[in-house]
Amino acid sequence: MSVEPATVKRVAGLARIAITDEDAERLAPELGNILGWIEQLGEVDTSGVEPMTAVIANRLRLRPDVIDADPLTGGGVRDALMAGAPEAEHGFFTVPKVIE
Amino acid sequence: MAELTDLGIAAIRDGVRGGDFSAREVAEAFNAGVAAAKGLNAFLVETPDHALAAADAADKARAAGEDPKPMAGVPIGMKDLFCTKGVATTAASHILEGFVPPYESTVSQRLWDAGAGMLGKLNMDQFAMGSSNETSAFGNVVSPWRRAGGGNAPLAPGGSSGGSSAAVAARLCPGATGTDTGGSIRQPAAFTGISGIKPTYGRCSRWGTIAFASSLDQAGPMARDVRDCAIMLQAMAGFDAKDATSLQLEVPQWERGLSGDLKGKRVGVPKEYRVDAMPAEIDALWQQGIDWLRDAGAEIVEVSLPHTRYALPAYYIVAPAEASSNLARYDGVRYGLRDLPAGANLQDMYAATRADGFGPEVKRRILIGTYVLSAGFYDAYYTQAQKVRALIARDFDRAWERCDLLLTPTAPSAAFALGEKSADPIAMYLNDVFTVPSSLAGLPAMSVPGGLDAAGLPLGLQVIGRALDEQGVLDAGLAIEERAGFTARPERWW
Repeated sequence: MSVEPATVKRVAGLARIAITDEDAERLAPELGNILGWIEQLGEVDTSGVEPMTAVIANRLRLRPDVIDADPLTGGGVRDALMAGAPEAEHGFFTVPKVIE
Repeated sequence: MAELTDLGIAAIRDGVRGGDFSAREVAEAFNAGVAAAKGLNAFLVETPDHALAAADAADKARAAGEDPKPMAGVPIGMKDLFCTKGVATTAASHILEGFVPPYESTVSQRLWDAGAGMLGKLNMDQFAMGSSNETSAFGNVVSPWRRAGGGNAPLAPGGSSGGSSAAVAARLCPGATGTDTGGSIRQPAAFTGISGIKPTYGRCSRWGTIAFASSLDQAGPMARDVRDCAIMLQAMAGFDAKDATSLQLEVPQWERGLSGDLKGKRVGVPKEYRVDAMPAEIDALWQQGIDWLRDAGAEIVEVSLPHTRYALPAYYIVAPAEASSNLARYDGVRYGLRDLPAGANLQDMYAATRADGFGPEVKRRILIGTYVLSAGFYDAYYTQAQKVRALIARDFDRAWERCDLLLTPTAPSAAFALGEKSADPIAMYLNDVFTVPSSLAGLPAMSVPGGLDAAGLPLGLQVIGRALDEQGVLDAGLAIEERAGFTARPERWW
């Protein structure tokens, strides 16, 4: 299967990964090979087959309807969670300006 | 007495309980081994103090006459995919460099609760994407094995749990955690002459384990023998409300239940696993494994899993699709790397951070995943792959009408040299041809060493079981182990 460098650039844009024109040229045949290989799935007759949604049958649970049912995944841990942020100020994550 | 580092999990546990040696002596011996093995590059972070603290707690509890914990005094290696509180965790990726989790993964917490200590964090393929440990941002892990008379070409320890396999094989730790998405416990175990089991999907909590492909990821133990795997899996498994796919079931007493007697068991041999160009040695080992299981009392039956050849292509749609979604969280905002070029806006920052932070194989899979999920292609690729996955699971269900377990080779070859396959992604993906189908169906599967090839390198046999039948898998693994008499170990050069 043939993949155009322009397609690679479009997909990389969707994936939010910066790539150069040279990267796109290099990746196009590589992705084309992989996609060509996985296209053999088209041969399989899947009429009447439901796509798998759960690999092992399991019942979805509801957690208790209380605040901080699990102290680890509940609230009150802002500072611990923000300690790893590349840039944070006043208890907020900071990003480049998005509104003029 | 043998060196303490030659002992496995059961021997250490029993020796500490019996007072043959102290847990501190064990931890010190392994800490020294880890510190002297830089040439393998198996550890990304060394945590000797963690191991010593757990050892001292074990010795103190014994002196106080308390009931011993199940893994008291046993130091282990922790794959760097598990978040460890206060200890750097990167998934071997530059994008998480410097990340120190403020919490502990459920699996690692369970091991500490069982009395185990941590020797360090183990190198791996970046985000668990790879079969040779060559995609780590922090250098290749080198297998402790070398080809007999074949020069000193550095060999791949397998992947993605390559640090784990190398460390256990080199006696740097008696056991290590691994994770398996398409074979990442079993293939490296086979390459390094150790045992490893991927339990049924849902047995081990995924909470706090860095996600690759959530419908496939499962943690499991890697250790020197089947009993040690049973002990460690028992400590790792169990219900966790923090993982929506965690199975709400009691953890069986797998170690107590171990039996190599397979009378009354039927073992299936799937004919579709006889792939073209399979080395004669692998075929011969497979036949040997069949004979061993028959000798253990099992009845051997030929079975068919007709959709086997479509498992790998289905996997290489499902796994990258889930990865592209899971890895969207690495955006340079909340943790890890941020790359903010001068004058860049928010979108540029995301793109620059991800371009700089992800390695080539991770990017390749994110791009494939993004492509197959993109508008207009979703049904042709992703929906079709999930339908094929349902057919693969149905193949297994039909096989279970005729047999209780399946026996196959673990990998289509022995360990290859580093660099030998890294130029061809598809050749690398084919390494997982025997391990991926059971991953897609969520089934428990284990690799145990069967023998050596002509170059003196280990080869593994794989046992696959019904969902939740880890006991059957471990028992068949034990039956092979008892007959294979595998005692080979790499000669120390590092």
